Amino acid sequence: MTATDISTKGDALVQIRDLHFVRGTRKIFKGISLDIPRGGICAIMGPSGTGKTTLLKLIGAQLKPSQGQVLFDGKDIHKLSRKGLYEQRKRMGMLFQSGALLTDLSVFDNVAYPLREHTSLPEKLIRHLVLTRLHAVGLRGARDLMPSELSGGMARRAALARALILDPMMIMYDEPFTGQDPISMGVLIELLHTVNDSLGLTSIIVSHDVQETLSIADYVHIVSDGVVVESGTPDEIRASESEWTRQFIQGLPDGPVPFQYPAPDYATDLYGRGGA
Amino acid sequence: MLDFLQNLGRRGLAFFERLGRGHMFLLRILGSLGQLIIRPWLVIQQLYSVGVLTLMIILVSGLFVGMVLALQGYNTLVGFNAEESLGVVVALTLVRELGPVVTGLLFAGRAGSALTAEIGLMKATEQLSGLEMMAVDPFKRVLAPRFLAGMIALPLLAAMFSAIGIYGGYLVGVELLGVDGGAFWSQMQASVDFSNDIINGVIKSVVFGFIVTWIAIFEGYDCIPTSEGVSRATTRTVVNASLAVLGIDFLLTALMFNV
Repeated sequence: MTATDISTKGDALVQIRDLHFVRGTRKIFKGISLDIPRGGICAIMGPSGTGKTTLLKLIGAQLKPSQGQVLFDGKDIHKLSRKGLYEQRKRMGMLFQSGALLTDLSVFDNVAYPLREHTSLPEKLIRHLVLTRLHAVGLRGARDLMPSELSGGMARRAALARALILDPMMIMYDEPFTGQDPISMGVLIELLHTVNDSLGLTSIIVSHDVQETLSIADYVHIVSDGVVVESGTPDEIRASESEWTRQFIQGLPDGPVPFQYPAPDYATDLYGRGGA
Repeated sequence: MLDFLQNLGRRGLAFFERLGRGHMFLLRILGSLGQLIIRPWLVIQQLYSVGVLTLMIILVSGLFVGMVLALQGYNTLVGFNAEESLGVVVALTLVRELGPVVTGLLFAGRAGSALTAEIGLMKATEQLSGLEMMAVDPFKRVLAPRFLAGMIALPLLAAMFSAIGIYGGYLVGVELLGVDGGAFWSQMQASVDFSNDIINGVIKSVVFGFIVTWIAIFEGYDCIPTSEGVSRATTRTVVNASLAVLGIDFLLTALMFNV
């Protein structure tokens, strides 16, 4: 199977090994292991509430796992000092669902922010770099707008320009397609593709938009209930024989994932003999 | 009974856990203060929003508090033919107590709630996570400048509160009620001691600035990142900061003036 091929090659950019994560009393991950291959677009899919965003936060070391490790480019990201971690974070960009632009800065200043923080480049060069990134996402003309004046899709594109400004080697997209109209969706898919190919990045997309994600991903992991249920190329996933995967891909209302939230027997419940 | 004990234990644990987080938070803030020397503009921006924007309410309140003090003080003092001591009464009340305390309360309501809401919303809209992922430490860029600005602003505001309050007392006492102006000022000058009264008042206002700003930014940073969580954190800031100001004022007064 392809999944084992990749993990044995050992040159995956991100290697997650036996990762456990607990929030409150709920076990979000129960020993999840997966590899994100270098280059290309890797999608992590699954129903809402399975901790896909949490997984991105664990890769970015914003959360600490209770057990297991995350290797980024061979380094255990959770064992680094704060300084070492920040060095690694400069090599990864993250695109938040909301865009996470700083609301008190204009689009231009938002994109320039990482450069001004981490480099001492002259203002003229910063302007040049920022404008090229903004042009790439189609927002060169919107440089003086404030984040509150942007639509959701524009905010995400501006955030993408900001995530790209430090030339990261990896970029993580948190639900990039959620809540987009068809045109912005098309724009984002196109952008994701061009950005990934022209800059030679590794992209991780977390999403539950099946068709859009399968259309651009090179490799897919499907996560549910704290473990990886299936991995493979989009074609392999589409042809999967697992009932669970089929239900997820085709969006069937009932199947291995029941329509009903776990509940006591219907009749007992209705006639008030349910105990509680 | 068992439920009650269980509940008590859970709440107690939650309280101490939060207290611990609050202190760890404070340590990280204090550790981040040093780098502000090379980025003074971050503090200056915050001084504007926590200090200058709070100035108006402080000045108006100070003026009225001073005027009311003069009215009340005059009524009592005139019965002993001691109305010339009005200046002393007004000045000591303001400099020792009302200046720092009322400024602390107003600051908690005006600037503290704004700080909590701002930081809470930055958390809710993932701006703080965004900074983290850009390898920018939010403690250094967002929290430490606000903390320092609050600590600088509150003593200055308290001083202005007392100054304009004394002027309000002068307006009512001398201009309106006819107390002798020379006696008003000279008695004040003779009785208000620099190190005993003024410095102690300044120490109080520095302590209040520290407590109120700490509570405000911690509540913001520690809030549940939803609209309900931010609103609850804002309320908690005003309530806890006000109670802290009043409680600590009692302790400080006992230490400073009665031992």
